[in-house]
Amino acid sequence: MLETLWFILVCVLFVGFFFLEGFDFGVGMLTPILGKTDRERRVLINTIGPVWDGNEVWLITAGGAIFAAFPGWYATLFSGFYMALFLMLIALIGRGVAFEFRSKLESARWRKMWDIVIFVGSLLPPLLWGVALANLMRGVPIDESTNYVGTFWDLISVYSVAAGASIVLLFLLHGALFLSLKTEGEIKERARKFANRIGAWTSAVLLLFVVLSYFETDMFTRNGIMPGMVPTLAGCALISVPFFLKAGRDGWAFLMTGATIALSTITVFMALFPRVMISSLNPDWSLTIHNASSNEYTLKVMTFVALGTVPLVIAYQAWTYWVFRKRISVRDHLDY
Amino acid sequence: MGAVDLARWQFGITTVYHFLFVPLSIGLAYLIAFMQTLYVVKKDDKYKAMAKFWGKLFLLNFAVGVVTGIMQEFQFGMNWADYSRYVGAVFGGPLAVEALVSFFLESTFLGIWIFGWDKLPKKAHLAAIWLVAIGATLSALWILSANSFMQEPVGFEIVNGRAEMTDFFALLGNPQLWSEFPHVIFGALSTGALFVTGVSAYKLLRKKQTEQFKASFSIGIIVALVSSLMTAMAGHSQAQHLMESQPMKMAAAEALWDTTGEHAPWTVIAGIDSDGKKNTFSWEIPYALSILSYNKLEGSVPGINELQAEYEAKYGEGNYIPPVKTTFWSFRIMVGTGVLMILLSIFGTYAVARNRLEKFRRYLKWMIPAISLPFIANSSGWIMTEVGRQPWIVFGLQRTEDGVSPLVSKGMVLTSLIGFTVIYGLLLIALVYLMVHFIRKDPLDLDGDGEEHGHGAPKAEPTLGTL
Repeated sequence: MLETLWFILVCVLFVGFFFLEGFDFGVGMLTPILGKTDRERRVLINTIGPVWDGNEVWLITAGGAIFAAFPGWYATLFSGFYMALFLMLIALIGRGVAFEFRSKLESARWRKMWDIVIFVGSLLPPLLWGVALANLMRGVPIDESTNYVGTFWDLISVYSVAAGASIVLLFLLHGALFLSLKTEGEIKERARKFANRIGAWTSAVLLLFVVLSYFETDMFTRNGIMPGMVPTLAGCALISVPFFLKAGRDGWAFLMTGATIALSTITVFMALFPRVMISSLNPDWSLTIHNASSNEYTLKVMTFVALGTVPLVIAYQAWTYWVFRKRISVRDHLDY
Repeated sequence: MGAVDLARWQFGITTVYHFLFVPLSIGLAYLIAFMQTLYVVKKDDKYKAMAKFWGKLFLLNFAVGVVTGIMQEFQFGMNWADYSRYVGAVFGGPLAVEALVSFFLESTFLGIWIFGWDKLPKKAHLAAIWLVAIGATLSALWILSANSFMQEPVGFEIVNGRAEMTDFFALLGNPQLWSEFPHVIFGALSTGALFVTGVSAYKLLRKKQTEQFKASFSIGIIVALVSSLMTAMAGHSQAQHLMESQPMKMAAAEALWDTTGEHAPWTVIAGIDSDGKKNTFSWEIPYALSILSYNKLEGSVPGINELQAEYEAKYGEGNYIPPVKTTFWSFRIMVGTGVLMILLSIFGTYAVARNRLEKFRRYLKWMIPAISLPFIANSSGWIMTEVGRQPWIVFGLQRTEDGVSPLVSKGMVLTSLIGFTVIYGLLLIALVYLMVHFIRKDPLDLDGDGEEHGHGAPKAEPTLGTL
């Protein structure tokens, strides 16, 4: 029972991470694309300035929650996807300091260098998360003692790259819509135009990924929880984006990409349940919420802590967005 | 070098590196919160300018601390999978609580603090920096409760070949935690304080914004004095606790091969022959180790050879002696730098109290390199405590070599070891460059809008009395 609850909680943390950091990864990738001048790039970065760090904590917390609730999963996932994780960490490290370091010197070269770091550091993590999630759904070579026996290259396939590409595109769209809500004037128009252009591509690549999932995973065939309506709704939400944009309802459009991200994440977790890592060598060697979990007592304690803190976190993070709800423009005094 | 050694090097390098920034962040957070409180209470813009000036340096430092912390959260799974499987049901708990309680708090309210100067009421904005400081302190508490479990496992039982948590409050009440936590927090405060005094000394020597930096120096030096003394006292009680919980670490830190007599002398320095299990020479202070260990003149302290025999009887054949030279010298470096910090703080407090700080130019010159002292002390303290725990990863439960990821290859560990070391090295260069660049700049041109540098009513020379 508690194992299921924690599986859901981990899913919630990932939903929070992908929804929130999704748009700030998107903004990071869009900074050199939509920002023509240094000042414009700074406006773009400042739209996520107060919140990106808090958004990233959703990922760190997801990692911590997996460690505490499913140590077996934590050990196999992180040691198995070693090189992918290494690349992601390097990207996140570079990106995090880039936001802080970039504007501290006047030099154009210095700023350009950090803009590149922000771009790459925002592109790599969603790409790698796509690769990781695709492999989680498809199954990876895990041996009897629950160790990953493949290599980094075993993780790379058409299917996993399609997953990575669709997450990157989805985050670009999500980020562009976020910018249309947070900026003014020319930048806003550019962001909307970009969102309009990329919307169709995102839908197409995501559809390709879903079709591939039919062949590559057992999510449509096995006897478990059928995701049913959830991915369908995710698709509908995505398709509705251009209509909301055309009607000038940018807020709704943003919520719809958010819904796509949340519902897709839930779909992945439903496709896994009750497994957390599927062994492609022998189904009996798969890690499940039962054989990878902590003991009852640990889960109980962690449940108290999580149920006490997560609503509070959501409340004060929501308050942050309220405090910084004003649009940012090049005419503003830019802190930082 | 095998995969185990590489994984250990990676952990050592990334952790020591991460802990360069953490104590400075914690210490500066409190100092800035204090300065900003003065601003809100006294309505004196001088303190606002101070909080903003130190805030910029704090943020540069905090950023590197945050990003290197992500690595820490994931490293256990990457390089220490069998360790994670074995103790994850206990050890993972505090890490998750740390993220849920502390990381969210610090990161969210830091964002609010950075961008909220003009957007929030003064008191709400002040609360944000206090919440950052509290969040950072709580973070230290949780991660140290995890570390304390590795030093002195409590609140668990071994079921089905792994450790399972049985008592969460035992983890929180771990005596090791309560001897380690105050030592770390006071160490962090003195790190922040000596950073403030060092930078202020630089400014005072160049006669720039004298008034503002004298005030900063005064706040810093008092915090430095109190916290460095408290660090030493907490360290002393920690050493005494070590006598009960990990006597082998203590013996190694003293290079004490054979059990002492009734009056144990303290070794100042020694020539250590680890292979021959003896010291070639040593300078000793009679009675001192008995006093350090038990607060009295008599009391024998067990030596390495005796403890080795004892552990062999208890845990089976094997080598239970940690690297003696490293443990011994890192301990001495920590204590030595700590003593220097105390002496410099005493003198500085005297100079400030007498309002003669600027007369002591040589002292001010020393205070600039003295910024490095707490960093050396923090690093060597951790090296002593972690190396001194070897060969155990969890004392008495699991050996370090049994904790690594069994199938992560040497090449992979080496790649990430080199990758992280290079990136971390570059980050450090960039960070120091930016800090120096910012400190050298005239803070009156901070971000070109001038509104924050209020020039209130003419103020008296700030001395201890006016602070």
